[in-house]
Amino acid sequence: MESTVKVEPVAVKVENLEKAYGSQQVLRGVSLDISPGEIFVLMGPSGSGKSVLMRHLIGLEFSDSGSVLIGDEPAHSPDTHARFRTALVFQAGALFNSMTVYDNLALYPREHRLYSEAVIREKVTAVMEALSIEGAGKKIPAELSGGMKKRVAVARAIIMEPQLILYDEPTSELDPILAATTSELIATISRETGATSLVVTHDRELALSIGDRVALLMDGKLIFTGKPQELKDCSDPQVREFMNPTIDPDNPRFRKQENEL
Amino acid sequence: MSKFLEIFEWLGSGVQMTLKTFRYLPSLPRHWKQLVEQCLFMGYATVPLVGILSFFIGAVLALQIGYSLVDFGAKQYIGTIVGLSMVRELSPVMTAVMVTGRVGSAVTAELASMKVYQEVDALRTMNIPPERFLVLPRVTAIILVMPVLLIVSVIAGWVGGQIVCQFVPWIGLTSQGYYNSLKSFMVVGDVTDGLIKAELFGIGILLIASHLGLRTSGGPREIGVAVTRAVVVCIIFILIFDYFITNILI
Repeated sequence: MESTVKVEPVAVKVENLEKAYGSQQVLRGVSLDISPGEIFVLMGPSGSGKSVLMRHLIGLEFSDSGSVLIGDEPAHSPDTHARFRTALVFQAGALFNSMTVYDNLALYPREHRLYSEAVIREKVTAVMEALSIEGAGKKIPAELSGGMKKRVAVARAIIMEPQLILYDEPTSELDPILAATTSELIATISRETGATSLVVTHDRELALSIGDRVALLMDGKLIFTGKPQELKDCSDPQVREFMNPTIDPDNPRFRKQENEL
Repeated sequence: MSKFLEIFEWLGSGVQMTLKTFRYLPSLPRHWKQLVEQCLFMGYATVPLVGILSFFIGAVLALQIGYSLVDFGAKQYIGTIVGLSMVRELSPVMTAVMVTGRVGSAVTAELASMKVYQEVDALRTMNIPPERFLVLPRVTAIILVMPVLLIVSVIAGWVGGQIVCQFVPWIGLTSQGYYNSLKSFMVVGDVTDGLIKAELFGIGILLIASHLGLRTSGGPREIGVAVTRAVVVCIIFILIFDYFITNILI
């Protein structure tokens, strides 16, 4: 992908992060460090607080207590995101439905007046070619398939030349081949731009194949942080259950959970 | 108590959004394309609606006033009353109600769906303030469009009244008599008062509609709820604000 630009990666530090919505405690003292240029994969079951944690990093949520730093600046401040370019690839794409794909990609440089219109056209065209979506420039997002939308969302993030790129469930709702392609895309972008990447996912294959480090979040607490191989070898029953869940139709989990309630 | 806090929070965030929007006014030239699109949407599509509605309001007004005044031999004042009523009161209010139904509801629906489907979050993550990108072009467009809509409404209302006076046999007032009577008591201040009202209504409607759209959370059902709420709040705003602004302008 010659179209991508090398960037100065940025570190992320989360310390004792707490967040509750009403009486529901979502994050309970989460602490983690992400080194510059690293691909950090955050896994966990649905409703464990992964996306909430990520929304803190991008400045869309305010913590109840604890700190979230990007570089050495607080993540909730818009100035931080002006100083360190951060991009989020939304699970559902969050593409602007009233604009064409081309205008979606050109929006960031246009709004921030980064380049002339001719340079923007060059950059957008190059990124579209790199992600094999060059035929979609004049389409609106509603006309795209799920896989195409994901690629356009990734393209929109790359155009920003981010120092920190966050992916929210990038492989959800994709078939295995497209999921593998998306995983390769994330690894390639990280390698070629040097950007720090945080990937929130359920996808074990993705985590184990491209993650430099993996963390597991359960009920708002980090119960594991380490290398993919350490995750595979971990003997913690909760970790093992998440990584290799057994399917037992005679004794289903949801019945057990009902009984516990 | 929590209901009161909610109302204050709603008002506070509305004021914040308004201040932020006007703070970005210098960046308006950057959004000229959206501004033109919004002007076309708000103006071009609303003009026929406002024209037809105002024509019949003027016509009915002339009929009612004619019915009351003919017996007293005061039909020569029909033009004055229709003219002043339209320009000072009915046109600004009815145009504002039309703008609420046609433009305010559409703005709330669009912004609410952008909020629900995370497009507004995407803007924020790109460090593009929604107040600058979404609200400013819409508010500016209504500022530009409202005087045009008001003038269309006033003229249509006057013409409606004139046609009734001329062609309803028991009124039988010539168009010259009608317009002479209309002009005789009309001053420039009446027109500017109407324009001021219309502008303030338009700005208020767009700010309320945008604010309610951007505060929406949940799913498709909440989008519908936000639109209904926007229409109700805007109409209440128009009627209450109309009293106070009329009091100030008189």
